[in-house]
Amino acid sequence: MAKPLVTMTGINKHFPGVLALDGVDFQLVAGEIHALMGENGAGKSTLVKVLTGAEAFESGQIKLDGFDAPIINHSPQEAQERGLATVYQEVNLAPNLSVAENLFVARQPRRLGLVNWRAIHRRAEAILAGIGLDIDVDKPLESYPIAVQQMVAIGRAIDVSAKVLILDEPTSSLNDQEVANLFALMRRLRDQGLGIIFISHFLEQVYEVCDRITVLRNGRLVGQYDVAHLARRELVSAMLGRSFDDLAALSRSDQDQSNDTTPVVRARGLAVRGGVKPFDLDIMPGEVVGLAGLLGSGRTQVARVIFAADPADQGTRLINNRQLPDRPLDSVRAGLAFCPESRKDEGVIGELSVRENIVVAQQSKLGAFHLMSHAEQVELAQHYIDLLQIKCASMETPIKQLSGGNQQKVILARWLATHPELLILDEPTRGIDIGTKAEIQRLCLELADQGMAVLFISSEIDEMLRTCSRIGVMRDLEKVGELTGDQLNSSAIMAAIAGGEADD
Amino acid sequence: MSTPTVLDDLNSAPVAASQPMGRFLLDSLRKNGILLAFVLVVIVFAILQPALLSPSNLTNLVLQYAYVLILALGMLMVIVLAQIDLSVGSVVALTGAVAALVCVRGGMPWWLGVLAALAVGILCGVWQGFWVAFVGIPGFIVSLGGMLIFRGLAQLLLNYQSLSPFGGTYYDISNGFLNGLFGGNGYDVFTLVIFAIAVVGFAVAAWRSRAAKLRYQQKVSPLPVFIVQIVVVAAIAMAYAWQISHNRGLPVILIILAVFIMIYGVVMGRTGFGRHIYAIGGNLMAAQLSGVKVKKVTFLAFVNMGFLAAVAGVVYSARMNAAQPAAGNSFELDAIAACFIGGASTTGGIGRIGGAVIGGLIMAVISNGMQLMGVSQGIQPVVKGLILTLAVAFDLWNRRRSAVAA
Repeated sequence: MAKPLVTMTGINKHFPGVLALDGVDFQLVAGEIHALMGENGAGKSTLVKVLTGAEAFESGQIKLDGFDAPIINHSPQEAQERGLATVYQEVNLAPNLSVAENLFVARQPRRLGLVNWRAIHRRAEAILAGIGLDIDVDKPLESYPIAVQQMVAIGRAIDVSAKVLILDEPTSSLNDQEVANLFALMRRLRDQGLGIIFISHFLEQVYEVCDRITVLRNGRLVGQYDVAHLARRELVSAMLGRSFDDLAALSRSDQDQSNDTTPVVRARGLAVRGGVKPFDLDIMPGEVVGLAGLLGSGRTQVARVIFAADPADQGTRLINNRQLPDRPLDSVRAGLAFCPESRKDEGVIGELSVRENIVVAQQSKLGAFHLMSHAEQVELAQHYIDLLQIKCASMETPIKQLSGGNQQKVILARWLATHPELLILDEPTRGIDIGTKAEIQRLCLELADQGMAVLFISSEIDEMLRTCSRIGVMRDLEKVGELTGDQLNSSAIMAAIAGGEADD
Repeated sequence: MSTPTVLDDLNSAPVAASQPMGRFLLDSLRKNGILLAFVLVVIVFAILQPALLSPSNLTNLVLQYAYVLILALGMLMVIVLAQIDLSVGSVVALTGAVAALVCVRGGMPWWLGVLAALAVGILCGVWQGFWVAFVGIPGFIVSLGGMLIFRGLAQLLLNYQSLSPFGGTYYDISNGFLNGLFGGNGYDVFTLVIFAIAVVGFAVAAWRSRAAKLRYQQKVSPLPVFIVQIVVVAAIAMAYAWQISHNRGLPVILIILAVFIMIYGVVMGRTGFGRHIYAIGGNLMAAQLSGVKVKKVTFLAFVNMGFLAAVAGVVYSARMNAAQPAAGNSFELDAIAACFIGGASTTGGIGRIGGAVIGGLIMAVISNGMQLMGVSQGIQPVVKGLILTLAVAFDLWNRRRSAVAA
């Protein structure tokens, strides 16, 4: 066993109302690439933040190679001084400075008190040569692609001190060739004895480059595994928290649906460059279609492309057999409604009242020249408060005073008020209580009975099984299949999500 | 494992010399754009009003607008930090008032007045730097407050009246000349010698920097182009020296200006403080993570701005030979415009001392030219305001285009 670089034991961390880390253990040894995996809220980013001092923790112990006593980092900078360097998804360098200067910010070699540019230039070339990068170091960093910028950031981290390199979703904006280059560099650094923590949602990549995997779920350690001995389906079930009872094989659903009705949405070969790969999807009136997949598998992006929140780079998008401009407002006017995943950032307007939050979408659909009267607004708001049983002191209460579940219902009401033909729900039940969850699921079925089409995205497979009549499965930004009828069971879905060698 | 070869394709990734000639012309146009704009502005105004290039006016230009250049040096550092200081005009008035109280009313020697003014200017900078750096209030708000506070204090100190005259050495800071040392027949040889030394120094420095770049196998402009550049700059400088040598010789303020410009050029280019300003303006988070003391650097940039505003206050009150409650009105606009015209970016991180100086010269020539032409008082700020807006619009357009190219 190689020498341990980082040993975390029994780490506990609360966020208001949530136990973010519950006695988590983690160990990184020299000369390994170690994946940290888990779904949203599993605690992997919290664990890294605790390690690098970006967040404090309440109890537990962190031991670092080279330090006799347990350590606590109080800031990322302190962590860096102790040899823990993090390279984030967004590169943390100054785009306006040259590559060479970026490598030496705050530690410039001096001569006679003045910055010694000649030494900076020479040493920068040496550092980059050490990681196999031969570029003009005097050009501004921003003149290079993100992939190169990331390598420069890694170069700086290693040169400053790092024994441990933390790569936080480094591959999400890279193309295949760039990913291959990054992996080559990671392997090279591993062989030099560095410990690398790799956070990624891409299963394929984890299997390609990592030696070991630590899986977290709901703030708890699920386990630590050797990649070579962990089947993909076991990894997926570790992340999602279910075990396989049977190994039902996945067969792709036959696409020949009876064409007696026009689909609300007919997507053919829609794709985003660097994002989701070409996919087909039909959604019929009165149908609840689910999208399953791990976080980052592209399920949200499919929804965004269908809604035109992200413009597609190729493929066709027919709404009720009509081609529309790629603008969200046109989608709204054509009868689409989108409840986004992060209701705090994209949905709730905290300072406004429940009433205002409900009417805002309908109002913008009508346009600025058809203002709704106060009476109309009250009537509309009251209708949905009753229908969805939204619990609020009055419809004039600021929405931020409501519980998460009730906020979610308000957002739902907002879109229902536009009488959509297709309602897109992205994680509509996350972070809300069981009772409300059940109500929202029941509502979905009722709406479908009334002829509305629903696209339902969720991490909870049970919930999808209860609501959806058809489930599309996403893996690594690709739609890998559709399940219907008796294929709709949790083991089939998880097998589809895991993909790869489905029978080992 | 074939690691180095896998990386090879990355190495050619940046925009290389693909279309050499067109790309080169475009690049040099972008880099030398301000210089060309300056020459263009001078030519336009010289045609409209030939008196612009007369010996006496060229001398006056320096005496009259030295304050813009001094303020622009400090403002550039603040703007590169992605901050702004609106209070400099008021600090000019306040520090001029303090100097007048010491020298005119107190009858103290000139240098005590200067020191008092500088001390007060630094205090103004400390006040504003504290709120911006340590409390985290945006510089826009803090200096908007400072603008009112310092203006009011200047009015109170002067009791709403102008205080004059300074006379003597203080007056000579902005109105004195060094000349006659080497004699001359209708022109001042000393002025010509000083300029000649400066031009040679500039040429040698440019040559050495080019040689250094060649050593690192970087792209440089072809030798003929390089020589033309040097010759053009030298010709402009010597023509200017020739003209002012026929007037009153070498203004003291020009020497002071040259010293300040050189010092701040080195500060921004070759000190940790200067480079950290660029790092913070480029990416605050990155600078912090890299160990840059962001608060300290921000604080010092504002203190320095206060100091330079005080220098401008001394220079301006010496030029006017009086401290006035309304002195320095809208000087902040001139300084801010100088920086943006000189290529500084509104989002921080980009901007050079040389650019700010040329930007300041452009503002000076435009103001001076309009005055010579007798353009009405109302038109002048309209023109300046338009130029500021267009300069920033150009910067945005330029950056969007290069973002698309990348």
